[in-house]
Amino acid sequence: MAWLARRALHGLFLLLAVSILSFALVELAPGDFFAEMRLDPRVSEATLRALRARHGLDRPLPERYLRWVASLARGELGYSFAYGSPVAPLLWPRARNTLLLTATATAVAWALAIPIGTWWATLRGRAARHLLGGLFALLLALPDIVLALALLLLAVRTGWFPAGGMVSLGHEQLSWSGRVQDVVRHLALPAAALVLAVLPVLVRHVRASMAAVLDAPFVRAARGHGLSETRVLLSHALPAAANPLISLFGLSLAGLLSMSLLVEVVMSWPGLGPLLLEAILARDFYLVLGLVLASTFLLVAGNLLADALLLAADPRIRTGAR
Amino acid sequence: MRPRGGMALGLALLATVHLAALGASFLAPYAPGRQNRTLPYASPTRVHVVDGAGHVHLRPFVHALSEAPGPGGAYEEDRSRAFPVRFLVRDEPEPRAPEGRLHLFGVEEPARIFLLGTDGFGRDQLSRLLHGAQISLFAGLLATVLSLATGWLLGTLAGFYGRWLDGIVMRAAEVFLALPWLYLLFAVRAVLPLHVSAGQAFLMLVLVIGLVDWARPARLVRGVVLSARERNYVLAARGFGASDLYLIRRHIAPQTFGLLLTQAALLVPQYILAEVTLSFLGLGVSEPVPSWGNMLAALQRYNVLASYWWMWAPGLALVPVFLAYFSLSEALHARVGPASP
Repeated sequence: MAWLARRALHGLFLLLAVSILSFALVELAPGDFFAEMRLDPRVSEATLRALRARHGLDRPLPERYLRWVASLARGELGYSFAYGSPVAPLLWPRARNTLLLTATATAVAWALAIPIGTWWATLRGRAARHLLGGLFALLLALPDIVLALALLLLAVRTGWFPAGGMVSLGHEQLSWSGRVQDVVRHLALPAAALVLAVLPVLVRHVRASMAAVLDAPFVRAARGHGLSETRVLLSHALPAAANPLISLFGLSLAGLLSMSLLVEVVMSWPGLGPLLLEAILARDFYLVLGLVLASTFLLVAGNLLADALLLAADPRIRTGAR
Repeated sequence: MRPRGGMALGLALLATVHLAALGASFLAPYAPGRQNRTLPYASPTRVHVVDGAGHVHLRPFVHALSEAPGPGGAYEEDRSRAFPVRFLVRDEPEPRAPEGRLHLFGVEEPARIFLLGTDGFGRDQLSRLLHGAQISLFAGLLATVLSLATGWLLGTLAGFYGRWLDGIVMRAAEVFLALPWLYLLFAVRAVLPLHVSAGQAFLMLVLVIGLVDWARPARLVRGVVLSARERNYVLAARGFGASDLYLIRRHIAPQTFGLLLTQAALLVPQYILAEVTLSFLGLGVSEPVPSWGNMLAALQRYNVLASYWWMWAPGLALVPVFLAYFSLSEALHARVGPASP
C-alpha cells in the first residue's frame, strides 16, 4: 500500500511539473488569442488593452501562473477565449469520450493479444510461425493514418458502420438501450483502428514473455505431472509471464493516447484530439494547456492502474523485496 | 525475419528510396506544382504497346485525354493520335534552368503521362510523391539525428558526472515521458506560428520533433554510460590521469554507438510518421509544396477517399519504407545487442 501511495504521489508531482512546464511554454509563445484581433479595423487598441487586462494577460508570468492555479482550484482550469467559457466544462465530456475509446481499445487489444501471443508461442510449425510473423510485421508497418482511413473507407463503402461521430441524429429520442447500441456502433471503427495499431506490438511481447516462461523447468514439471496443456498455460505459465506484460500495459498507454489523438481527428470522434486541433488553430492557449494536462492526467492514472495491477500480480513487490 | 538478409535488404531498399527522393526533379516527369486544371483526379495514364490495329510497338505510347470527364467520371482517350514515351527529355526553358530541366521520361504535349494519376488540381501524383519524399523522409532522418544528439549529450553528461546533474536531467526526462508524445508535439507546435513558408515549416518540424523526444535516448545512453564508467579500463585510464573529455571520447562514447544505431532505426519511422501526421492535420508543411502528409490530407474528403484509389499512394509508400526500417532495426538488434541495456 505504501508503495502504491508513493507511486500516486510521484504521479501528482509529475502533473505539477507538466503544468509548470507547459504553462511556461504556452506563455512564452509569441502572440496570443487577441493578437489576431489587431488586424480587425473595428477593434481599437484601447479595447484590446482592456480585454487583455480583463483576462489578466498584462500581468507578470508568476502571477499569471498563480491565477491559473487559483482557477484550477475553482475547477475552471483557466478561460477559453474562443469558446468564451471556462476550460473545464469543455474538457470533461471530451476526456470522458477519449477514455471510453482508449479503454475499450485497450481491453479488446489485450483480450486478443494474450490468446494470439500464447498460441504463437506454442506453435511448432516453422511455416506457420513465419507466416504469423510476416503478417504482424506488415500490420506494424501500416501507418496509423492509413489504417484509420482504410476503416473509414470501409464505413463509407459498405454502410455497415456510421462514418465518424459518436452519436446519430436523434440520439436523444432513443431509449436507454437504443442509445447504448448507437454509441457502440459508432465506437466500433475508431476502436478497431486503435486495436489494429497496437495489436502487433502487444502480440510480439506476449509471445516473447510466454516463450521465455514455456522453457522454464516448472512448466516442464507441470507437464510431466500430466496436467492438460490449457491448465499449464492458464494457471502456470500465464501468471509467471504477467509481470513484464503489466509493465508493458503501463508503457503502451502513452502510445495509445497518441494514436487516439489522430484516430479521433480522422474519424471525428468527439474526444480530446479534435478539440486540441481546433484550439491550436484558434491559438486558444489555455484550452491547449487544459487538453495537454487532461491527456497527462489520463496517462498518469493509467500508469497508476498498471502499478496497482502489478502489486496485485507480483508478490515480490508486496513484500518489498525487489 | 532473418537478421542477416534483413540488414542487406533493408539497407538496399532504403538507399534506393532515398536516392529516388534526392533525384526527384530528374525522375519525376513534371514539376510538383505543375497544374492541369482540366484534368482533376485523372486516373493513372494507360501506357500502350499494342495499337488499335493490333500492331505491337517497341516504344510504348500513350494517348491524349479528353478535355472533360466522360459519363462514368473517367477521361476518354483520344485514340486518333499516339504519343510515344520519350526518354531523357528536356522541358521548356525557365529562368532558373535556361536549357530546360532534364527528365528521365516524358511525352509530347498535349498528351500527358501520369503514372499515378493526378490530384484535385491535376498535378501529377508521381512527381509529387517523389518530391514529397524529400520532405517526409529527410525530416524523419534529420529529426532523428537531432533527437539522438541531444539525448546522447544529456545522457552522457548525466551518466558520467552523476550527482545533481543526473538528478536534474532524469527528473526532466520523467516529465517529458509523462506526456503522451503526440500531445506534447502538438503543444509545442501550438505555440509556434501557424502560417509559415514550406522551408521554415520543414525546419520547424525537424526542430520540434527532434527536441521533444530527447528523453528516451537520454535514459538509455545514461544506463550504458553508468556501467561503462565503472569498467576497469576506464578506471585505469582515469588513474593514469586521463581528462574527462578523453575518457568520454575514447572509452565511453564508443560503448554507446551500438545503442544509438538501434535507436535510430526505431526512431526514424516514428518521426517520419510524426511529420506526416502534422502535415496531414495542416500543422506542418503546407501546400503547394508536397509532403506525404499534406498529400494524404486530400483523403479527408469522403468523395476522394471512396473514389480515387491512387490518392492513397503516399500512405502505401510508407509501408515498404517502414518495413525496411523495422528489418534493419531487428538485424541491428541481433548484431549489436538490445536497444535497452
